[in-house]
Amino acid sequence: MPTIVTGNCERCRFTDCVTVCPVACFHSDDQMLYIDNNVCIDCGACIPTCPVQAIYEEADLPNELRVWIAINAERAPNLPSITEKEEPLPGAEARKADLGF
Amino acid sequence: MTAGSEQHPLWVAIVGSGPSGFYAAEGLLKSGRTVRVDMFERLPAPFGLVRHGVAPDHPKLKEPIRVYDRIARVDEFRLLGNVTVGRDVSVEELRAAYHAVLFCCGAETDRRLGIPGEDLPGSHTATEFVGWYNAHPDYRDREFDLSQEVAVIIGQGNVAIDVCRILAKTVDELKHTDIAAHALECLAASRIREIHLIGRRGPAQAKFTTKEFREIGELADCDPVVDPADLELNPESLAELEDRAGSVAKKNLEVLKGFASRPARPTHRRVFLRFLLSPVELRDDAGSGGGGGAGGGGQLSQVVLERNRLEGGPFRQTARATGERLTLECGLLFRSIGYKGVAIPGVPFDPRQGVFPSRDGRIVDEAGAAIPGLYAAGWIKRGPTGIIGTNRADSLATVNSLLADRPILDTGPKPGAEGVAGLGPGQGPRVVSYADWLVIDGAEVQRGASKGKPREKFTRVAEMLRLLDRPLP
Repeated sequence: MPTIVTGNCERCRFTDCVTVCPVACFHSDDQMLYIDNNVCIDCGACIPTCPVQAIYEEADLPNELRVWIAINAERAPNLPSITEKEEPLPGAEARKADLGF
Repeated sequence: MTAGSEQHPLWVAIVGSGPSGFYAAEGLLKSGRTVRVDMFERLPAPFGLVRHGVAPDHPKLKEPIRVYDRIARVDEFRLLGNVTVGRDVSVEELRAAYHAVLFCCGAETDRRLGIPGEDLPGSHTATEFVGWYNAHPDYRDREFDLSQEVAVIIGQGNVAIDVCRILAKTVDELKHTDIAAHALECLAASRIREIHLIGRRGPAQAKFTTKEFREIGELADCDPVVDPADLELNPESLAELEDRAGSVAKKNLEVLKGFASRPARPTHRRVFLRFLLSPVELRDDAGSGGGGGAGGGGQLSQVVLERNRLEGGPFRQTARATGERLTLECGLLFRSIGYKGVAIPGVPFDPRQGVFPSRDGRIVDEAGAAIPGLYAAGWIKRGPTGIIGTNRADSLATVNSLLADRPILDTGPKPGAEGVAGLGPGQGPRVVSYADWLVIDGAEVQRGASKGKPREKFTRVAEMLRLLDRPLP
């Protein structure tokens, strides 16, 4: 069952999740992160670390976010891997507040 | 001169080869400094609880071994398996031969219930059972009386649920996993019909992850049983579920309600999920009451439980005994109420918490002052919490402290393992390198293939060592 990064990560990119990933399955572009589900072991360690709750197990994914399953699958394998925490994007804190966190 | 350059590498000894040890090695080797890592492991087989803890029917959770394998193949890394720190090598010797010693040795023993009868025959720790079905050499010869019909598990964390699932599954559900052959054989003859999973607090406070919880409802020949009365929550627990911090508990409750409302199947086995109960005494069939004292000689036959109620505000609720007692006939019991680290001579130890006392990963003395060159990561640092990945962030934090300390660490050159007396060829234990491990690993995979198993683990240290140093054919 895939684990999926969704749109809340966009323009935030807090990257706390990558520090707890036991198998280095996160990949990133400038805007957000994606999970390579060929590598992810569904342990769920990353889910509670996201300050904007962008990460879901597929079973808990709301319908309107299911579009992200395909986006993660498509983009992750073609992007560089990220295993260490980076600075969030400028404006991340403001966006976090906008998102209600 | 501060160590960490090509001419003057930083030598680090890591004690323990489980997840926290490997993530610490990763952090050191990717730090941009020149670091040499020697990892000491008391068994010939590395990977700690990923090999000997993760349940055999959870193969995906063993995938981190692929990551550890990549780390182990880095030139600056060496495995020194079959070497026990504190016995074959002293901590003092390591401190002399390395700039820093980083303890990642986990929590190897169980917390005790502290009740009469705890040590009756038939009462075991979850650790023993998990080690036994996972082929850990220390537990190879343990015996569990699976001719009993009722088993009780005290505790409701993920280890408790692993033990429950292994007892509940059919042989067909286990035979293509890497479960130890001796365990599969005993489980095939199991007569267990009822498994009671006992929690001292309510369903909203259970520590299961939802995924593991759901699995209990997906077994081939075992149904979960929940008393609907247990699902009537107090206002404090309801408040917990409405809070963001209660999102896992909320999902768990939904799973439990599903269990409670679905029609029962005519399964051979049943798992009873029971809440707000604490064991107060284990009794034997000689009628003498368990524990110290005279009598004894009997087998566990009964557990006395006391009903609890919750006290305190949301997220601070504790279990308080009500005085109401009930008994449950059972011949087999496992306690899974937490784990503790084991002391190593030469390192401060907090016996109450079962950890090496530390601050930001730096081991501290009784006065709270950091001891230069001694570090801790993983369960021996923070106690037995979190899952495999939790240890990665934890180990990286300790590595950051260690690297920041370089100027205050011993600045002289260090010899690493070559400088440790008793580890040379012909003396002390047969040191198992990573290349040696790959020989053992290959043999295990080959043994498993004919049975349709990913591997058949060796269960004796001597068996593993026999594979090494064989004369060329």
